[in-house]
Amino acid sequence: MKSTPEASDWDLVIKGHNSLFDIKFKDLWAYRDLLLMFVKRDFVSFYKQTILGPLWFFIQPIFTTLVFTFIFGNLAGISTDGLPKPLFYLAGITSWNYFSDCLTKTSTVFKDNASIFGKVYFPRLIMPLSIVVSNLVRFSVQMLLFLLMMLYFYFIPKENTSFHITYAILSLPFLVVLMALLGLGIGLIITAMTTKYKDLTFLITFGVQLLMYGTTVIYPLSEAKEKFGGMSKIIEYNPMTGIIEAFRYSFLGKGEFSLWSLGYSSMITLLILFFGILLFNKTEKNFVDTI
Amino acid sequence: MSKPAIQVENLSKAYQIGQIGTGTISHDLERFFVTKVLGKEDPFLKIGETNDRSTKGSSNIVWSLKDINFEINQGDAVGIIGKNGAGKSTLLKLLSRVTSPTTGEIKVKGRIASLLEVGTGFHPELSGRENIYLNGAILGMRKKEITRKIDEIIDFSGVERYIDTPVKRYSSGMYVRLAFAVAAHLESEILIVDEVLAVGDAEFQKKCLGKMGDISKGEGRTVLFVSHNMAAVKSLCDKGIILENGLLTFIGNIDTVIDDYLKKGNNHASKQFNNKNAPQTNSFRLLEVHVLNSKGEITLNHFITNDIIIEFKYEVLQDDQLYTHGFNLFNDHNIHILSSHDKETESLIFPVKKGIYLKRVLIPGNFLAEGGYNCSFAIMRYNPFFVEFHEMEVVGFNIIEAIGETTVRGNYTGKFPGVVRPLLNWN
Repeated sequence: MKSTPEASDWDLVIKGHNSLFDIKFKDLWAYRDLLLMFVKRDFVSFYKQTILGPLWFFIQPIFTTLVFTFIFGNLAGISTDGLPKPLFYLAGITSWNYFSDCLTKTSTVFKDNASIFGKVYFPRLIMPLSIVVSNLVRFSVQMLLFLLMMLYFYFIPKENTSFHITYAILSLPFLVVLMALLGLGIGLIITAMTTKYKDLTFLITFGVQLLMYGTTVIYPLSEAKEKFGGMSKIIEYNPMTGIIEAFRYSFLGKGEFSLWSLGYSSMITLLILFFGILLFNKTEKNFVDTI
Repeated sequence: MSKPAIQVENLSKAYQIGQIGTGTISHDLERFFVTKVLGKEDPFLKIGETNDRSTKGSSNIVWSLKDINFEINQGDAVGIIGKNGAGKSTLLKLLSRVTSPTTGEIKVKGRIASLLEVGTGFHPELSGRENIYLNGAILGMRKKEITRKIDEIIDFSGVERYIDTPVKRYSSGMYVRLAFAVAAHLESEILIVDEVLAVGDAEFQKKCLGKMGDISKGEGRTVLFVSHNMAAVKSLCDKGIILENGLLTFIGNIDTVIDDYLKKGNNHASKQFNNKNAPQTNSFRLLEVHVLNSKGEITLNHFITNDIIIEFKYEVLQDDQLYTHGFNLFNDHNIHILSSHDKETESLIFPVKKGIYLKRVLIPGNFLAEGGYNCSFAIMRYNPFFVEFHEMEVVGFNIIEAIGETTVRGNYTGKFPGVVRPLLNWN
């Protein structure tokens, strides 16, 4: 009674060792509804049972901007390239937050979801992708705040400051994708490496914070070049620098929009993302055994 | 002719036991060097060591499953039976792609949905309705598929009134009802279920079991079911697989599989003594003891509804004996269930001559609870009371659970406590 069908008759073959490049994009597409469901869950559960609700999305950047304005702008007197200080910082914070949220949240994706990953199969990549998309929602809300602040400074300009929107603003979608993918890529690498050795998780908590100082969030690149001279190359090699500079240039007209540095950032991003996906894909199959 | 739905070939899964910490990085490097650079076998995977919890192995790699081969046809309902740690859950995990095999492969035809847990991914802050969507999507349903079935799901769950309340306000029973309702409406060709029926109240359990029966028998879908509850396995499955220490030891028809599984206990339904080992005194000697079914056949496993007959054969070695015979019954946990002796036997009044005597006692069906039992035998005298001999554990038998009208349990499938389970009259 045994009928052995041809190999092609099977819908699925579960094996121990698959090719490194065996990434199931078809599966990913089949589960696209799940991605949106996760995004909705993150968004809804974020403000359930809070009084201020979605307003919390605003509060963190507002307070950070205030503190930065006082400490770095007024106390330390770091130049803001002739831009209104709050606007300068908010531009940096909004884009940096998106990158760092993508990074930190994806970097714990295996650990945070061990219980659900241990019980049911779905393409694991859905989870980090949903994180990137939910953070995009958050980023959009914070962009709204940034635009409101731009309007404020447009109608009530401060002395000795000026800003203008440039055509580079058209590159915004590209910049956002770059930030997301860079954060995602680094996060994937870290989460894949921390299933067995948890050391990196400690690094990431303060590493991201320190990295912010290595990026042009609280100072303009021009200032760094002037003060550090050759040392500023290190800041330029940071792929986030080019992105944030371009972001600032797009909206405020100050900063360095260079195709070279954006190209460089894109290259690094793609490289990191590629390795991140490979590593993640290799780890996802067995990580429940070691986590 | 039915077509195979799942084909498992040489499937093995190794686990590292003990602490994973210091030392693993050097092992990892060594493993990488040996397997990838030299192209040899993994030095940390010892061959042939089976997974036995109770003995200490020499390696800290253990085979949770070893060289498993089987084939399941479309429409089969297969029960997977085994003790704790036999590899049942590992097998389900491999089948549901939660983790991947160390060696071997599984070929699958059709979509698999696995229920290793009900309510995976339920978010406490979200409402019942939102969680149906979320959980359904996690289990692999498309959104429109869920929308099409949502009324059916809510209806099945029986928590309609609270469907827009966050599930953190639910009682645990309601939570499980909702979760199972989602799972029961999956449209996959293959359904894998791990002991989820052990939750919820009787009414709901009956509903779950009924639904699973519909899925396998009515809709012709393939079901794999792991449970310790023989009653549930028996009523749901038509085939069975026994796993023991990571090895597949038996596969076949569910009744023979359950029989075989229960035989693994120490019980034996029949015992014949010889002159050397027979319990005896100057006047008496025990010869044979058998556990019989109502047809008089030696039987180890008895359904809970069936009568059991124990037959004792002994020899009286001297003339003119006044005595009686009796037995004690103990269950698996060594609880003394009952004691009985023949108080109306003629041997108490009229002296018995030398010879071989055969005595039978009937234990009625619907009296003992399910499980293993062992039985002792004694010969004793009255006036003064004196025990000639009392032989412990002469024979044993198993009571197998059943579901249905004729049982005490009825259609309830959950845990049923009590050492006896007599059929009582309710008015």
